[in-house]
Amino acid sequence: MSWLTEYVRPRIRTLLGRRDVPENLWVQCPACQQMMFHTELEKNLKVCTHCGHHMRAAAEERLRWTFDADAFTRIELPKVPADPLRFRDSQRYSERHRAAREKAHRDDALVVAHGTIGGQRAVVAVMDFEFMAGSMGAAVGEGIVAAAKLAVLQDAPLIVFTASGGARMQEGAVSLMQMPRTTIATLLVKEAGLPFITVLTDPTTGGVTASFAMLGDLQIAEPGALIGFAGVRVIEQTVREKLPEGFQRAEYLFEHGMLDMVVTRTDLAAMLAHVIGLLRVRDLADAA
Amino acid sequence: MRHYLDFERPIAELEGKIEELRKMSEADGLNIAEEVARLTEKSDRQIRATYAKLTPWQKTLVARHPDRPQASDYLTGLLDGFTPLAGDRAFAEDAAVVGGIGRFRGRSVVAIGTEKGTDTESRVRHNFGMARPEGYRKARRLIELAGRFGLPILSFVDTSGAFPGIDAEARGQAEAIARSIEACLQAPVPVVATIIGEGGSGGAIALAAGDAVLMLEHAIYSVISPEGCAAILWKDAAQAPAAAEAMKLTAEDLKRLRLIDAIVGEPLGGAHRDRAATLVAAAEAIAGALAPLLTLDPAALKAQRREKFLEMGREALA
Repeated sequence: MSWLTEYVRPRIRTLLGRRDVPENLWVQCPACQQMMFHTELEKNLKVCTHCGHHMRAAAEERLRWTFDADAFTRIELPKVPADPLRFRDSQRYSERHRAAREKAHRDDALVVAHGTIGGQRAVVAVMDFEFMAGSMGAAVGEGIVAAAKLAVLQDAPLIVFTASGGARMQEGAVSLMQMPRTTIATLLVKEAGLPFITVLTDPTTGGVTASFAMLGDLQIAEPGALIGFAGVRVIEQTVREKLPEGFQRAEYLFEHGMLDMVVTRTDLAAMLAHVIGLLRVRDLADAA
Repeated sequence: MRHYLDFERPIAELEGKIEELRKMSEADGLNIAEEVARLTEKSDRQIRATYAKLTPWQKTLVARHPDRPQASDYLTGLLDGFTPLAGDRAFAEDAAVVGGIGRFRGRSVVAIGTEKGTDTESRVRHNFGMARPEGYRKARRLIELAGRFGLPILSFVDTSGAFPGIDAEARGQAEAIARSIEACLQAPVPVVATIIGEGGSGGAIALAAGDAVLMLEHAIYSVISPEGCAAILWKDAAQAPAAAEAMKLTAEDLKRLRLIDAIVGEPLGGAHRDRAATLVAAAEAIAGALAPLLTLDPAALKAQRREKFLEMGREALA
């Protein structure tokens, strides 16, 4: 946790809530340490205006940045049985989960909305890293399935923004089963002839990477995003050597053939609109 | 030499005594049959008592027992004319994943498993059962081969997880696992998966997204190892026994959570005490799970498999 995420962002959020952001509020980039105006940073979609570092973003911001202006509606996600294992470490999972819900004002680590991108219908699911590190339990899995079904129903492509520390450990094997369940979701979209596009954001790891995140018809990542299966510490302990420069970063994955493109956040919505338009030629044929 | 786990010490002592008596009687010609019988009965009672109430952590140790039957034991023991197949056709042959074709009870099948190895040399060769991307890509190739020829797929899972290495990440470990899960789900033939030892995380589900998932009585199946879970949530890997308890990773737990379909009973004292009997029990259970699946056409089979996974965890359990 940096000073930025711990202090400035919550503060910005509180201030934003009151729609009363002072012009002179400064934000420091965690990568280059340079200061910039908060308004300037927001206008640049939380990409540092000095070094281009992509800061983590809230799920709501993603929706706002991706869809055409005000052209989206969030959907309610299905409820799942909470705390299937009645898990407890130093604290009960049910309590941890309640605290996370209250802090985030949502039920779990996924938000789904439908609307238009460049005038074309689309369903967008966004993982929320702030909610228990974006970990995938039954609620996230069920949400991805719901997003897939909505895409099929609306005859629209499904775009998923991933951000996850991996499995929700407190849901044990139930969490593990979300890997095949979300894989089925991707198949539902693909079998309906619809594009399934993943946008991998910082960080995307573990069971999320090893299931739907890597099953996109197209796979896009934001610059510098950490993307991998195993965590850096686990790998270091296993191989007992220093990891190469840029290891598991978006550019590294691109070089290794795992991504179609690395796209700057400010160009992302336009790129999504562009590729959806190109992939869905059948729509044009039908319309003609 | 039998390998004893720490909690098996009382059993080890009794069996040690029996062995000693046997040696003495051979040397001195003494008749100690009565004493041996008495001790054997006592030792059996001890084993029964110990194994009737194994803790989740003890089960974890049994699941990792070095003498436990390995995937290759099932492949060669359950299949007539088992013929290993190799390679991912892209980069390498990964010996952490073993597989091939053979006849199971007269029927041609494809069998795949994760193999840990039995001694230092073979453990290194099989990378301790931790597959790299090429292992999962080989699995996917064999699954697709099975689909092409209408052969049922039997998988045998025993892995602590996918290999967490630089090379594995560079070659797309996550993508390889995702595609392997997808291949299991898309197979137009029955897929019967058996967790025979450790079912560790993504590396396990990659081969276990099947129509029927069986688990040996003392096998474990979880999203992370108890040590890993303890290190993260308890900040202390030594809390692994507590984590094992909380994670609900035993066959009984998984059955109650409706994440697996059946439990295969193990011989008294665990699979490692009677490997032959373990294979017989596994074969029975697999044949039983396979029979109803053979009557379904590919579309019905795939639909049923999907529905099964989609239903998991939707219903609250009492």
